[in-house]
Amino acid sequence: MDDIDEKIIRLTQNGIPLKRSPFAEIAGELGISEQEVIDRLKKMKEREEIRRFGASIGHRDVGIVANAMCVWNVPDERTEEVGNIMADFSEVTHCYERPRAAGWDYNLFTMVHSYTKEDCEEVAARISEATCIKDYKLLFSDREFKKTGVRL
Amino acid sequence: MISLDDTDKKILNTIQLDFPLETEPYQKLGEELGISEDEVIKRLDRLHAEGAVRKIGPVINRKGVGGTSTLVAVTVPDEKVDEVAGYINEYHEVSHNYHRPERFNVWFTISAPNRDRIDTILEELRERTGLEFIDLPTKKLFKIGVRFDIR
Repeated sequence: MDDIDEKIIRLTQNGIPLKRSPFAEIAGELGISEQEVIDRLKKMKEREEIRRFGASIGHRDVGIVANAMCVWNVPDERTEEVGNIMADFSEVTHCYERPRAAGWDYNLFTMVHSYTKEDCEEVAARISEATCIKDYKLLFSDREFKKTGVRL
Repeated sequence: MISLDDTDKKILNTIQLDFPLETEPYQKLGEELGISEDEVIKRLDRLHAEGAVRKIGPVINRKGVGGTSTLVAVTVPDEKVDEVAGYINEYHEVSHNYHRPERFNVWFTISAPNRDRIDTILEELRERTGLEFIDLPTKKLFKIGVRFDIR
């Protein structure tokens, strides 16, 4: 990633304008063509510096109000196998292994978003059945203090 | 909650993953959805104003651009939740921050150029609040693929 790539990220990370040619201003500022801005964004996607280029949804505002962080206590020797099974569930948007800590036994984390809490609970029950992991909890968020996504 | 018609839903379901990277992306979206460019922009304006679309832009892979991230949990007394959440939010590196009514009731993510910066932030928060922060850095990423199915 060079300086221009980094500037493109900084100039787009808070959102591109809703105008016919949303990349024109950025291109002008950087002294390159609009097509080059786009080609560079595509390359950053290929190199996986950006995961995707698209809309961030205000999921609560569209009614997806049940957001569960499901935490699982998985025996260390099964984390690889179980993590892969969990990741295969289409309802799971994130799946991470994290360390245990004092007072915290859960080492796998999955996020499930849906319209109702019951939906999330049903998904977690199916994951539990598929993985035979019985020690788990759903932590629903009831307030969002911040959600900007990762920024440079 | 926002009212969405079928066209709005189609727009939202499309532009999360398949936003066209072209010089005139709204024109292209219009072609795909069978509506005019002006109509796409008009609808996106409303969806943005009402909160359904936060922004259209790059979703940065912290590791991909050099850097690291962690998830942090903390138990905050109820009457201090707003104050502490405010301190946490002051950091540009905090990308998400939620209240979850559990023993550990505030959960946030920090994404920074290096581990030292994360340690500094946690140390400052410890000093400022006197609270114990549990640091849970990613050991392995199995999946990240946020796409909301808007029905």
